Parts: sequence; C-alpha cells; structure tokens
Amino acid sequence: MTDAAELRRRTQELLAAHPPATTDRLGFLRARFDAGLAWVHYPEGLGGLGAPRSLQAVVDEELAAVGAPDNDPRRIGIGLGMAAPTVLRYGTDEQKARFLRPLWTGEEVWCQLFSEPGAGSDLAALGTRAVREGEDWVIDGQKVWTSSAHLARWAILIARTDPDAPKHAGITYFVCDMTDPGVEVRPLRQITGEAEFNEVFLTGVRIPDSHRLGEVGDGWRVAQTTLMNERVSIGGMRLPREGGMIGPVAKTWRERPALRTHELHQRLVKLWIEAEVSRLTAERLRQQLNAGQPGYEGSGMKLAFARLNQEISGLEVELRGEEGLLYDDWTMRRPELVDFTGRDAGYRYLRSKGNSIEGGTSEVLLNIVAERVLGLPAEPRTDKDVPWKDLAR
Amino acid sequence: MSTPNAEPDLLYSEEEEALRAAVRDLLTDHCGPAAVIARTESDTPYDPALWKQLAEGMGLAGLLIPEVRGGQGASHREVAVVLEELGRAVAPVPYLTSAVVATEALLACDDAELLERLASGRTVGALAVSLTTAPGAPFATARVEGGSLHGELTSVADAVAADVLLVPADDDNLYAVAADAVTRTPRIPLDLTRPLATVTLDGAPGRSLGPAEPAVRRALRAGAGLLASEQLGVADWALTETVRYLKERKQFNRPVGGFQALKHRLAQLWLEVVSLRAAARAAADALTTGHDTGLTVAVAQSYASPVAVHATEEALQLHGGLGMTWEHPVHLYLKRAKADSLAYGSAGAHREAVAGLADLPIPASG
Repeated sequence: MTDAAELRRRTQELLAAHPPATTDRLGFLRARFDAGLAWVHYPEGLGGLGAPRSLQAVVDEELAAVGAPDNDPRRIGIGLGMAAPTVLRYGTDEQKARFLRPLWTGEEVWCQLFSEPGAGSDLAALGTRAVREGEDWVIDGQKVWTSSAHLARWAILIARTDPDAPKHAGITYFVCDMTDPGVEVRPLRQITGEAEFNEVFLTGVRIPDSHRLGEVGDGWRVAQTTLMNERVSIGGMRLPREGGMIGPVAKTWRERPALRTHELHQRLVKLWIEAEVSRLTAERLRQQLNAGQPGYEGSGMKLAFARLNQEISGLEVELRGEEGLLYDDWTMRRPELVDFTGRDAGYRYLRSKGNSIEGGTSEVLLNIVAERVLGLPAEPRTDKDVPWKDLAR
Repeated sequence: MSTPNAEPDLLYSEEEEALRAAVRDLLTDHCGPAAVIARTESDTPYDPALWKQLAEGMGLAGLLIPEVRGGQGASHREVAVVLEELGRAVAPVPYLTSAVVATEALLACDDAELLERLASGRTVGALAVSLTTAPGAPFATARVEGGSLHGELTSVADAVAADVLLVPADDDNLYAVAADAVTRTPRIPLDLTRPLATVTLDGAPGRSLGPAEPAVRRALRAGAGLLASEQLGVADWALTETVRYLKERKQFNRPVGGFQALKHRLAQLWLEVVSLRAAARAAADALTTGHDTGLTVAVAQSYASPVAVHATEEALQLHGGLGMTWEHPVHLYLKRAKADSLAYGSAGAHREAVAGLADLPIPASG
C-alpha cells in the first residue's frame, strides 16, 4: 500500500537524483514519469504506483514547493483528460507503453476526432468510414470542431466499420496518426475572429490494426469512457473564489466607480453569489471524488458554468459602457488555449456562447441528467434498431 | 477580496449520515404528511410528543450546547443535518427557534441555568424578535420601566410553544421572561407549521442575561445559516416527490416524466438543489469553524430562498390539480418555503450583505 509518507519519500528521491536546477525540463518530466509520480493512480511502469488518486496532491505539492518543472495540463488537456484514461482501460500493453509517456510529458499532443458536420450531439450518427484492407484500416470522412488538430501528433478517432449494423453497434475506436498524408487540417474561423478549432479531412488515411482501441464494433462503448472522463475533468476543477469569469467583472466594478448603476449592481451581486455557489458545488464534487464517492454533480457543473459564463460576460460588456462597443482584436489567430482572461470583455462574451454547445449542448446534458440521474423515461428512439445505412440523413 | 485559506468540508461524515438516518426513521414513523395537515387545524399546531422524542429521546435539543452545560457539544454541521430532515418532513417542532436561535443567544450570554434547561429539551425557548429580522438588522425592543418590561413584539415564531422568551429591551440588555408572564396572541400564519404570535408585555418581570446586541446578532446569523439546511430539506423533498410522481403519472398514454419539456425543468431543478446542498454545507461548516462565516452564511441564505420556493412551486405545478388540493402535502412545503424566504432576512437582505462583505459597493447616490 502506497501512502502519503511513501510518496513524499519517493518524491524526495526523484528530486535528489534529478535536481531541477541542473536537469532540463523534459528530462525531469521523463524521470518523474519513470518514478511513478506522474499520475500516481496509474499502474507501475505507466507513470504511476497504483496509489489512491487523492494522493496525487501530495506529490504535486512537494514538487511545486521546490519549483520543479511541470507539464502543461491545459495545453495537453485532451490527451490527459480523454485519450489517456481510454488507452489505459482499452489499450494493449504495447499501446500503453507506446503512448502514455510522451502524452504525459507533453512531447506528443493529442486531439479528438469525434464530431462531424452531420453528427454533433447525435454523435453515434457519424459517417466517417473505416474499411479493412489487410493489416490496415482505410479511413475516409470529415471531422469538425477539432481543437489542437494543427498541433497534434495523435488523435483519438471513431469511425464506422459496419454500416449494416444499428448506428451504435457499427463503430470502432482508433488512434490516428496526424502526420499521415491523408490527414488535412483546415482552420475553422469562429465568431471571435480566431481559429481555435479545425476541420479535419480524412482521405485514404491508413491506420494499422495495431492502433485500434477495443474490439471492432465496440467503439461506442470505448467512447463512453472518453466522454465520461471529459465530464469529470470539466466538473473536477478547483477554483479559488472569483477564479472564474466573475473575477474580471468584480475587479472592474471595484476599480471604476463611474461605471456603477443600481440596476447593474443588482445583477452583479446575484451573479457573484451564483458563481460562488457553483464554485462550492464543484468543490463538493472534488471532495466526493477524492473520498471515493463520485457524485452526479459533474453532469450539472458544465450546465451551470455555461449559463454563468454567458450571463456574466454579457453583463460585463454592458458595464463597460462606451468601451463595450469596442473589440480588442479581430485578427485570425490560432491560440493554443482558450484564454478568457487575457482578452477583453467582448471576446469573453462571444467565446462563452460556445460553452453551452461544446462537449455536449446544454439541452442534451439536461436530457442526460433527467434520464441518468433522475431516472425519468428516455426520449422515444426511432433509430435504435435500424441499420445505420437505412437512416435518413 | 480575500480567498479562503482552506476549503470548507462539504461532505457528510459517517456519524452525520447515521444521525440523519435516525432522525428520518423517527419522522417517518411519527410525522407523516396526513398527521401534519391534521395538526395544522388543531389547537396545538406544533407537536409536543414529537418534540419530546427529538429533544429528550434523542438529545437533539442540546446539540449546540457544551457538555459542561448539559448538552451534546456537537457542532452546527450535525444541527444542519437534523434541520435537513425536519425540513423534508415540514415537521411542526420549534427546533430551529429553540435549539438553534434561542440557544445561540444564550450561548452568547453563557447563561448556565437556561442552557441546561434548553439542553434537556424540557424547556422550549424563543427569541422575541420578528422572524423576518436579518442578522445585523435593527430589531424592536421592549421598554424597561420600574424594573419590569412593557411593549409589544410582533411576528415571534414559536412563541406559543415556548416556556421562556428571550426579550431584547431598550436598556440594551436581553431578558429572560417566563412565557406565562406575557400575553401571546397567535396570528394566522402563512406557514401553519411554524406558528407566529404577537407578544405583549405589560409589566412582565425579566432576568437580565447580558448585552442584547451581540446575542441577537449571533442568534440570527446561526438561524439564517442553518435555515439554508431546512430549505435544502424542503427543496429536496419537492424534487424527489415530483420526480417520483411524474414517473407514475400517465397522460397521453406516456409517463408524464418522459416529456422533454418537463424533463428539462426537473433537471434544472436538480442542479439548483445540488448547488443548494453545497451552499448549505458551506454555511454549516463556516458556523462550525468560524472561518469566513458572515459571507458564507449570506451567500447560502441568498441562494437558498429562491431555490426552495422554486422547487415547491414547480412541485405544485407539475402535480397538476392534485397540487392545489388541501389533501396533498405539497402545499405545506410551498407555504414553508415561501415563509422561510422571509425568515432571518430575505434573499435581498442577504444579497446586500454579500455586496458589503465581497466589496461590491452600491453606486454612489445620484
């Protein structure tokens, strides 16, 4: 059993063997992975020690205290939050050994090829085809809303391998090499002016069968692991008070008395309270996860933050008065991260419109809460037992 | 803007869950909705037998009182769990008013004699301040004339159930006054399960307990903070019961709960209730630790009132005609939720408190 004291001892050993002051960043991260201190709840040999997930904080605090280099979880969030748990659960030993270390160190960025122009919230309607040719699968189709595709070395991909099966049954899950010549990434410019996402065109892309995750036709079940982990990572954030969108608005309110009106004050205080309650709700979810009692709150946190972000950023534009008529920069940029705080109020207002769409629309999430949490009857399904090829599109 | 040094403990301990189970069992056996409705039409709207079981049988009246004063030496966290269950049953007992509000006032004065009597549950106390008073707001006082108390205090919750009234007076002291030395005129309350009375003092003798202001302030702050847990219980009942009903009730040859318009409303309500749980737990924990208490209580109370009212209003609407009947208990919860939204300060009063404590100043006049 690995306990906190044991983890502290191992962390100190790592620091002694690889002093951060004289070790390059990548070298240190690789050593940390090999010492099992990357994600302590992963198995030994794969960056972990099979320790309880809650003990990760012990390692992180020890390393942060001495300023040891860290990876960039925001930049490699899709790999960490979605690809890694899926590879861990469904990957072969070879796949785990190949993919997990460079994923965790950030040497290899991952993206996610799930959504399609015709399959967004109805993800299982996807039409990208994968056809078996010898030891390879040949992929043809189009994906959309792919963040980091222009930076990624690997992608998690779901594609249709059996059009004669009902839509959930004929899907298979792959790891796609983004350097394959059949992969074309085009920026997708958004209402903010920047191109944070991409369209990805897949034309005769060859994926070896050894890069399949899970059984042929079992891709929908594998994808559920990915999506569940996405929701946990969205809900499991730890925020300080005023750590979200309310922060810049409260700051402006304090610093610029001339902008204050009574009507805005009423709305601001109400939203401040809602932001604080949502923060506490996310914190309660985090405490539940750490105590090994996962709650359902995660499904709701994304709904709450989307609505709050939109209301708060809308208020912020109004609060700025004449400045609210202006925008900071319409240049088509390619940001690696969604940077809410580095931009102006107008950007926050426009970008937050995506919060109720990306990663599951709020309407779909409300259905999920109603059905999976409250146990209410499911929506009528007319597509469940029909072969995918016979569905209207 | 200060950030909390440590996050509050927002979970329930095993002991708290055991306490919840015990209280819920008792209420299931002795506080069914039909009995509560029948009692609201009787001469004693509160339930003395239930109070005796809670207070004397389970020792819950003294949870906040230290063991040296005859209590259990527990914390606001445990009291919050009791209040969640009492809210879930709209139990007609003076628990919040006696075991929390009056008790906190006496703890501020450290009055050993009355604390021991309240801890046993054999004496019920009530703070003679209007139920609508927010923590920190001004409150009415009795006049001290010739060594006795005079005046009229309105909207005193559970005064009819009380044996002793804690009366603030115009000499800035808090007095203990025997209930039978005053006239208590019951008013017809919106919430029949929490009776209100006007208290008239006509030369009533009182014993000075100490300065009124800090005692009343402390009592109302604990009352407001823990009321959020009662409101959580009310809201949780409304959600749970409505979901249960909508799974059974069929219209247009389908369970009503399968219609997306209703599913989305219930999912939204669920999100409000889980958020209220976090806010109410934070308030109970802040009262226990004394850390960041004022702001956390004001946040919880300003969030709790609209959610509890919304939950019970949704429950009424989604029960259809049944929800409008006297026979179905949903009206008990709606009335409790609406009255609670005025108790110990409205949501608006607590939002003003948040504005001050979070440094979000109101605009300069003009």
